[in-house]
Amino acid sequence: MERSQPRRQVAAMKQSLFDQGLLDEQFIQLEELSDDANPNFVEEIVTLYYRDSSRLISSIEQALKERHTLDFNKLDTLMHQFKGSSSSIGAKKVKAECTLFREYCRTGNAEGCMKTFQQLKKEYASLRKKLEAYFQLARQAGPMETACRPK
Amino acid sequence: MAATADLFIQRLPEVSARELHVLAVDDSHVDRKVIERLLKISSCKVTVVDSGTRALQYLGLDGGEKNSSIDFDSMKVNLIMTDYSMPGMTGFELLKKIKESSIFREIPVVVMSSENILTRIDSCLEEGAEEFLLKPVKLSDVKRVTDFIMRGEGMKGGKRSQKRRRSDDCIPSLTTELSPLSPSTLASKKSKL
Repeated sequence: MERSQPRRQVAAMKQSLFDQGLLDEQFIQLEELSDDANPNFVEEIVTLYYRDSSRLISSIEQALKERHTLDFNKLDTLMHQFKGSSSSIGAKKVKAECTLFREYCRTGNAEGCMKTFQQLKKEYASLRKKLEAYFQLARQAGPMETACRPK
Repeated sequence: MAATADLFIQRLPEVSARELHVLAVDDSHVDRKVIERLLKISSCKVTVVDSGTRALQYLGLDGGEKNSSIDFDSMKVNLIMTDYSMPGMTGFELLKKIKESSIFREIPVVVMSSENILTRIDSCLEEGAEEFLLKPVKLSDVKRVTDFIMRGEGMKGGKRSQKRRRSDDCIPSLTTELSPLSPSTLASKKSKL
């Protein structure tokens, strides 16, 4: 089947996101849930994720301000929720930072938590930009017949 | 294949021959949207709530007033899928409350969790959960579960779990009728772990 130029660009962009380790199989699973009636399902879910998780990010940020008396249990609980959502959209690198953060919570390492959180926010913001670009290109290219699996 | 399916569907008077009604419970908005989509694609009617408390309210188990003008059949739930870790009432607590109810204990409950903790899985199955799914839940998981329920293997007589209480309203004939399925259900359950 002949693929138009824009579609090849979309596929290439997706491949790149996978090659950079930013996305995992779950993203493909979500793409497979799109159909003619719901062509932008993944984009809707990702938009929801960023909207919803911003509250969690703020809460974690606030909790980390306690510097010398960090409530590691609370931080772990918040991060567990954030990790769950990140996992649900296939945000591989963000999810990895969440896991690391939770490890630091477990060992009561405040420094580790704070450093990891900074890194997490970077990954989170970077992914957002990249996915926005991806979805924009995907919309321009038009619907694909099936979700294509990157190599 | 189709003939056998029809035969099983006829044995379940309360399951509409067309679709299961699934009640999904998850505190995460993202996960609710995803599970709703997975279930709709699997041809289920879906009701989604954000907490165990709301799930009980929906079922009418919280002692609240039921709107008698609602057609009860359309509300009848054939399967409950719940997240494990939720603030307030956990999925495990919800599972227990459902299995303690004489009206609702026969509704299969599937627990979902992002954490692969054997003791957690064991206690859920012990408490009467049909299945334990690891998140993120895939379409193949949902299809497998809904097929399973539609075929009638989800209707257990209560023999499997030791903790499930047998009360006076337990239907002996239903138990005897379904007991041949128990060994195979057990076997498939073990293989999933």
